Amino acid sequence: MSPTPFLVLSALLFSIGTLGVLVRRNAIVVFMCVELMLNASNLAFVTFARQHGNLDGQIAAFFVMVVAAAEVVVGLAIIMTIFRTRRSASVDDASLLKY
Amino acid sequence: MIAFWILAPLMVVCALGMVVSRKAVHSALMLAVVMVSLAILYAAQDAPFLFAVQIIVYTGAVLMLFLFVLMLVGVDASDSLVETLRGQRLLAIAVGLLFAIVLVAGLAQVTVGAVVGLDEANIDGNVPGVARLLFSNYVFAFEVTSALLITAAVGAMVLAHRERLSAKPTQRDMALQRMRDYADRGVHPGPLPGPGTFARHNSVDTPALLPDGTPSELSISRVMRARGTVRDVEADRAAIARVDDETNVLRGGGDR
Repeated sequence: MSPTPFLVLSALLFSIGTLGVLVRRNAIVVFMCVELMLNASNLAFVTFARQHGNLDGQIAAFFVMVVAAAEVVVGLAIIMTIFRTRRSASVDDASLLKY
Repeated sequence: MIAFWILAPLMVVCALGMVVSRKAVHSALMLAVVMVSLAILYAAQDAPFLFAVQIIVYTGAVLMLFLFVLMLVGVDASDSLVETLRGQRLLAIAVGLLFAIVLVAGLAQVTVGAVVGLDEANIDGNVPGVARLLFSNYVFAFEVTSALLITAAVGAMVLAHRERLSAKPTQRDMALQRMRDYADRGVHPGPLPGPGTFARHNSVDTPALLPDGTPSELSISRVMRARGTVRDVEADRAAIARVDDETNVLRGGGDR
């Protein structure tokens, strides 16, 4: 099967993730949307690995997964810390960090 | 490739649902559907190792972590609809749509050559093939990953750690405090009454009955009273009285 449908699906998922990051205010949902974007790029990696007939794409997707796992741990810990001090998980409320 | 045409619309719908849904838990569940579908697409594209990793790491670990934090933060912590920047939401939707159109249109223009396929690369299995690459060409990146993971673990511990500002009260302190409260304000020093035991209900939502038959407010958790899930004792009593009456009638009938 041609890789184009996979790439289009990947692009659509990535755009939906971007939309979510722009629209949503709940920090946890924003974070989920970032995960969706990472997953979409992974799909493109795997598709290109099959297209080119070598496994480097799959290795790249694997490293993305590792980094995403580490990122989720730290990100959620930061969200928890902010929630503990401000009793809110909204990204708007954390704007006072700049002062 | 039937799997693709079944899964792709499902994934897009679920991803949109994730962005749209009001409750964060629904978003997480939609994301789970997307991730499992992605795992199946990996399997369909000759990547069985990534299929397993996707399910174990993403659906297993990452989503569990998300749900954990959602439970800690509070499930009902929904989005605020207050717009801090005027027109930001509409603009964001417009930009997102534009981005999607540009990306998809651009991809549709691209001509890709013939698919080589992974049959040759996977000749002694996908996992050995991935391992050979990972431990030769990418071994340095792999080693750096360990530093990243350790840093992440330490970071999470540092962020989640809460400094204790006062000494932890010991059992002795608490006992003294109880007696002081009793002396000052007459607060009962013993344990609170447990929830009541009825013939049919001994669950925690049934209040204990005081000697005069009124339900004891102290025997019910504050949270349950706030949520209004405390059992109505009067209704129970009426039901029990009715059952008693019927039993008496039956018993009287048996005697006759």
